[in-house]
Amino acid sequence: MAQHQVNYTQSGGLPVALTTVDKILNWGRSNSLWALTYGLACCAIEMMASGASRYDFDRFGTIFRASPRQADVMIVAGTLTKKHAEFIRRLYDQMTEPKWVISMGSCANTGGMFNTYATVQGCDRVIPVDLYLPGCAPRPETLQYAVMLLQQKIRKESANKSQKPKRLV
Amino acid sequence: MMRPYTPKDNVQAKAYYTDRFWVAPRIPEEPIPEDDLYAEDIAAVKKQCKILNAYIQRGQLVIYINPEDNIPALKTLKEERGYEMLSEMSGVDFLAERGGFEVFYQILNLGTARRIRVKCFVDENQAVESVNPLYRSADWAEREMWDLMGVKVNNHPYLKRLIMPDDWEGHPLRKTYPLEGDEFAQWYEVDKIFGKEARDIIGPENRDPARVDRYDTERFARLGHEVPRGAPAEMADKAEETPLSYQEEEGVFLIQKLSEENSKVLDKRR
Repeated sequence: MAQHQVNYTQSGGLPVALTTVDKILNWGRSNSLWALTYGLACCAIEMMASGASRYDFDRFGTIFRASPRQADVMIVAGTLTKKHAEFIRRLYDQMTEPKWVISMGSCANTGGMFNTYATVQGCDRVIPVDLYLPGCAPRPETLQYAVMLLQQKIRKESANKSQKPKRLV
Repeated sequence: MMRPYTPKDNVQAKAYYTDRFWVAPRIPEEPIPEDDLYAEDIAAVKKQCKILNAYIQRGQLVIYINPEDNIPALKTLKEERGYEMLSEMSGVDFLAERGGFEVFYQILNLGTARRIRVKCFVDENQAVESVNPLYRSADWAEREMWDLMGVKVNNHPYLKRLIMPDDWEGHPLRKTYPLEGDEFAQWYEVDKIFGKEARDIIGPENRDPARVDRYDTERFARLGHEVPRGAPAEMADKAEETPLSYQEEEGVFLIQKLSEENSKVLDKRR
């Protein structure tokens, strides 16, 4: 009946891989990080360049989605104004768990050069941020590195952890 | 911790460059030649309303009128003299000097390529009449003037804030408005999203862009010596280096790494 003898210690030659639930879930999560299209200012140009053919985000499984309900990671690319702050929070709340946030560029990190009344001084005042990218604007290589770091972070997480109450920001 | 940020003004040079003897350069005001087209414009406006002052500055006519007369003056200039386009209008803050705003209308005659600036002075709580029926471009310009300067406009079809959020307090382009915002502005997004009681949790804005605190593991990380977020301060001093890595050392589950032996490098374009 069986054409192959299954050697459970090393399943050579068989389309079988043994692993843990954590690993297979994190593999799925880290290698299909769908990003929310969230270009707010000039950093968006670099984000678009990262998605285009030369830097090619698709090979990381990072595909830009226009809906927060389909997205896993929000790349805040640009200046966050106070008028827009409530909408970034609303879009973040509409994303399904698990979700991550990359703050891209000086403006999203700290308000950058816009030390004015109309700019949110760092998007972490409104949403919790996992990764901060320095630069004005960061090169596409930097954003690629950030995505790879985020993938490493996701692989370290325990997939079936109980839902911790989220930090406010 | 880094030293506190100090403004990088040229402190030594500053003593010499005081404004004691500095006089603001004035753009020369020339009289209007009698055979000029502008003289005819003036004569047409004079029939409708009182002209307080008129001169030519940089080749353009400037007319001062009373704020109540802006509709008849602009109507004459548009319908009789062909100034059909309102290129720009706004207000200038003179609250400190004269307790009001100077509202200007920059109009253009496309046939003769001539421009006139009609100016009027309104007190702080005085409203001007909307010129929206004459010039459609005044719609958003008047909304912006109301939004940023706080000059009220009567009979505007939809006087709502244009640039700032609808629930904003204050008019940010006034010279008295602080650049970094008043208390309302600094807490705006926190109050709106989380409510006033979240102010203590989130804390005030960091308005010092030079602030770097290496012992603050919540907000800062030393590159190459990262510690977990929120780790105790003494951990921030740990000497072990955390090398930059693109992937885990032992490889990634189900992901094959590119081997350089099996890959082909194109050294020239085909």
